[in-house]
Amino acid sequence: MRNQTMLLALLFSINALAATPQELLKQYEGQAKQDNPAFSGFSAERGASFYKTERNHSNGQKVSCATCHTADPRHQGKTRANKVIEPMASIINPQRFTDAAKVEKWFGRNCKDVLERACNAQEKGDYIQYLVNVK
Amino acid sequence: MKNWMQFMVLIASITSASALLASGGTERGGSQMPSVNNAKWKAECSSCHMLYHPGLLPERSWNKMMAGLDKHFGENASLDPMTRDEITRFLVLNSADKSDNRRSSRIKQSIPANAAPLRISETRYFTSKHDEISPATFKRKSIGSAANCIACHQGAEKGNFSESQVKIPR
Ligand code: HEC
Ligand code: HEC
Ligand code: HEC
Repeated sequence: MRNQTMLLALLFSINALAATPQELLKQYEGQAKQDNPAFSGFSAERGASFYKTERNHSNGQKVSCATCHTADPRHQGKTRANKVIEPMASIINPQRFTDAAKVEKWFGRNCKDVLERACNAQEKGDYIQYLVNVK
Repeated sequence: MKNWMQFMVLIASITSASALLASGGTERGGSQMPSVNNAKWKAECSSCHMLYHPGLLPERSWNKMMAGLDKHFGENASLDPMTRDEITRFLVLNSADKSDNRRSSRIKQSIPANAAPLRISETRYFTSKHDEISPATFKRKSIGSAANCIACHQGAEKGNFSESQVKIPR
């Protein structure tokens, strides 16, 4: 597990400069296949429900990715400290999912904030697939 | 590469030092906080909220905050160790202890020696300057909380809190 994380970190640091969402999806696909030999692709639909599903946080609050990124990812979101977050949907904000290090940093933080655990490659890929597909 | 970087840092510090001399507002003892810059700090500390000037808190507060980024006001703001250490050095170097502007000195004086507050908005200096603002005002949609200095102080990210630049939004 540790070695895998290291490998992933290495892969991401090599590709940290610039990437396309498709390249990121390829990297997560490689990881997902290692995690699960029965991996059968990413699903925008699963990503959409992952994005919207509210979880009961141990602090008593209900949270989802949509809490900050808004239910409609084409819209601007807001942080808890009241700062605007630019839209997550690639169609509106083509900068999204083009910097592997940034993407990994925020998955790392936000998954722990929302799910109280790390996201796996399947979840990350589904999430990106959804936000790349939003029309 | 390393030498080249050092050279650039030198040039940058000469330029900023002369800019400091040229602008009257940042002289010793003035109330304007000095102009400071660090690319990592700017990128990493402004994604969730405004950028807080390092002169707003003492060194011990910044050290404490940077050692607990995984539990930062209820959020995970963790950084890789290299970035974290670089930002910590920058914050410490420009902290209220190291700044000789009047504002930073007052903030520092208002904090008991055995305390290391993580919130500027909870220092005695802050509460005394904002005692006429009601909690309901801070909670307005356009503001959010007392931590959102920039909602009322346009120049907050530059360390400018002068009275002529204050406007409370509706
Ligand atoms: C507490 C608020 C908050 C919540 C909840 C949240 N995020 Fe974020 N997220 C942010 C902020 C702030 C950014 C960085 C803002 C920016 O880049 O403009 C961000 C950025 C991201 C990015 C980087 C995208 C890019 O390429 O720029 C990803 C990926 C991400 N979030 C995933 C998630 C996932 C997955 C969830 C749900 C499990 C989630 N977020 C929930 C606040 C949040
Ligand atoms: C993942 C989001 C996030 C990131 C990244 C982040 N912060 Fe924060 N920070 C918060 C939240 C949330 C608060 C509480 C805001 C509130 O009470 O309205 C806060 C509050 C603060 C405060 C206290 C403000 C006050 O006086 O009440 C300081 C100072 C601060 N952050 C400094 C930093 C520094 C320095 C960094 C960069 C190392 C950083 N923050 C990065 C989310 C973040
Ligand atoms: C709701 C709006 C609002 C917010 C938010 C706010 N302030 Fe203020 N602030 C004011 C007002 C109004 C004054 C009084 C100005 C005057 O005396 O004319 C003031 C005064 C000050 C002063 C004293 C100015 C002087 O020269 O006497 C400082 C310093 C200051 N604020 C810093 C901060 C910091 C730091 C934050 C964020 C942590 C902050 N403020 C958040 C409205 C706000």
